Amino acid sequence: MKPGLKPKHRRLVFVGIAMALLAAATGLILSAMRENIVFFYSPSDIVAKPPSPERRIRVGGLVETGSVEKPGGGVVRFRITDTAMTIPVSYRGILPDLFREGQGVVVQGRFANQTFAADEVLAKHDENYMPREVSDAIKKSGQWKPDAKGAKP
Amino acid sequence: MKRLDWFANPARFLKVARAVQPWAAGIALGLGAAGLYLGLVASPPDYQQGESVRIMYVHVPAAWMALFCYTMLAMASAVALIWKHPLADLAAKATAPVGAAFTFLALLTGSLWGKPMWGTWWVWDARLTSMLVLFFLYLGYIALNGAFDDPARGAKASAVLALVGFVNVPIIKFSVDWWNTLHQPASVLRAGGPAIHESMLAPLVLMALAFKAYYVWVVLIRIRAEIAAGKIRAARLRATGSAAL
Repeated sequence: MKPGLKPKHRRLVFVGIAMALLAAATGLILSAMRENIVFFYSPSDIVAKPPSPERRIRVGGLVETGSVEKPGGGVVRFRITDTAMTIPVSYRGILPDLFREGQGVVVQGRFANQTFAADEVLAKHDENYMPREVSDAIKKSGQWKPDAKGAKP
Repeated sequence: MKRLDWFANPARFLKVARAVQPWAAGIALGLGAAGLYLGLVASPPDYQQGESVRIMYVHVPAAWMALFCYTMLAMASAVALIWKHPLADLAAKATAPVGAAFTFLALLTGSLWGKPMWGTWWVWDARLTSMLVLFFLYLGYIALNGAFDDPARGAKASAVLALVGFVNVPIIKFSVDWWNTLHQPASVLRAGGPAIHESMLAPLVLMALAFKAYYVWVVLIRIRAEIAAGKIRAARLRATGSAAL
């Protein structure tokens, strides 16, 4: 550091360098921990690398349209998909309000015998908000694209 | 920095603060009333969430305020550390409890919203966890600031904590993009424009502006109170000093 620098400029440089180093260190830690911060796996992850049946894991995906069955006794069976792979899920309990076919869910439980036994089902919702009339109008006009985020028709 | 120097004069600051404060109060109350009316009464229910979407009009502006206040806290702390403006220390100290309150409000309303929509009060996903860390950073700042007998030392230590904790702010903002989270991605500040219909965006923006004005209002009151408290401390010190002689 230049000896002629004013104290306030020296402090500015010091704080700047410290913040840059801190940001770099945090970035490295986060990229190293990336795998562990994953809140849920996708059905493709599960099919590619089946987890041990004892491990409690979360899987997220869309509820496949037409797959929901309620055989009675509070049991619900459905399949979740990431459009590439699909896994069957069985669950016994109360479903959240937003649970419906074609919507995102995160299920928590164990994967054994090619079936996911869920003890918790959480509904995910997307970032789109609109009145019902608008969604109806978009669907009617045939412009509904779940991935194109249709708030602006 | 000229501007800042001009502001840093406490007498001039007090004059400006006295003039701005009623305006901030009026804007906060006016926009807040309009936002609440539009949000809770006049806006339509959501196509997926129904009436529960109305929690958004408090939750989302509160969460924005949590990040906004922390950014203010970090900026004021940087100015205090580098340029040693005493007003910056006071601004940081005045901001911390306001930010903590908004963070708590965001966590609380998020929990109330999560139960009916997601099916859970709380999950340890990246967005919720980083927001909880932000709340603890605010509490840590407040505790550290008051932990020293000498207020100047407390201000310096807590300013360093505020700057270190600032790394959490971009993590919160981008947590929903970097990791699989239960929390959905951003709806308003996103590439491609807001994904919220105008009828719902209007009350959201009004509430956000009302909260910002409320911040200005309350922080000005708190800084003025701190300046007054400092004057009292100095007067007491003089009084006991002359009595001891």
